[in-house]
Amino acid sequence: MFNLESIDMKKSIVTDASLVSAYMQGNESALGDLITRHKQRIYSFIYSKVFDRDVAEDIFQDTFIKVIRTLKRGKYNEEGKFLPWVMRIAHNLVIDHFRKNNRMPKFENNDDFNIFSVLSDGALNAEKQLIKGQVENDVRRLIQELPVDQKEVLVMRMYKDMSFKEISEQTGVSINTALGRMRYALINLRKVIDKHNIVLTN
Amino acid sequence: MQKMYSETPRPEHVEKNLVPKGETIKFLLDYSKALSVIDYNKLKFEALLN
Repeated sequence: MFNLESIDMKKSIVTDASLVSAYMQGNESALGDLITRHKQRIYSFIYSKVFDRDVAEDIFQDTFIKVIRTLKRGKYNEEGKFLPWVMRIAHNLVIDHFRKNNRMPKFENNDDFNIFSVLSDGALNAEKQLIKGQVENDVRRLIQELPVDQKEVLVMRMYKDMSFKEISEQTGVSINTALGRMRYALINLRKVIDKHNIVLTN
Repeated sequence: MQKMYSETPRPEHVEKNLVPKGETIKFLLDYSKALSVIDYNKLKFEALLN
């Protein structure tokens, strides 16, 4: 008990101010003492704001880089207020961190939900490409079953991307007839699909 | 039925003894040793010496 007390007394004898001034005069080990003395409080403060060990680690590091640069440049003049000063630097860096994150929102993935399972780059993956190919083949086979005049109009419109005016010119029928054939082609396709319970999904 | 909302508990909420990694502190001490500030005509230049 007595020993512990004497250690505490020793600790309080060496003040932050004297460690800071020793460090500014070139005593590198004084910085180690300052960090050891305050690391838990500063790190816990940062962590309590960001809730991420890696981010807290980065901010803690940046905080002390600022401290080191300021002290080495001899710009520190808040004698006796070392910890509040460091805490203020940490606080400002935490704010900077959140500002930066607001501009570029980050999504935190965890075991239950991963954003990349929902988002994709829009390109079809191998499975979807295969399904798309199968659906298109099925549709082509169904079209072959249509009466020739309907099939002709549907192919020109859907596969050759022709307008109904062009179709009417090429087939020698009126636009209305071409439109009617297209309509019956679609109706017949639907009928066949329903009749045979064909599932065309992508 | 009433909807239940909950927040995943953060186990480290209660942990008070959080400290930075040893490597972070080692980096800072090494950085401090390597950093030298050179005064020249009232101007200060920083140099990192390896």
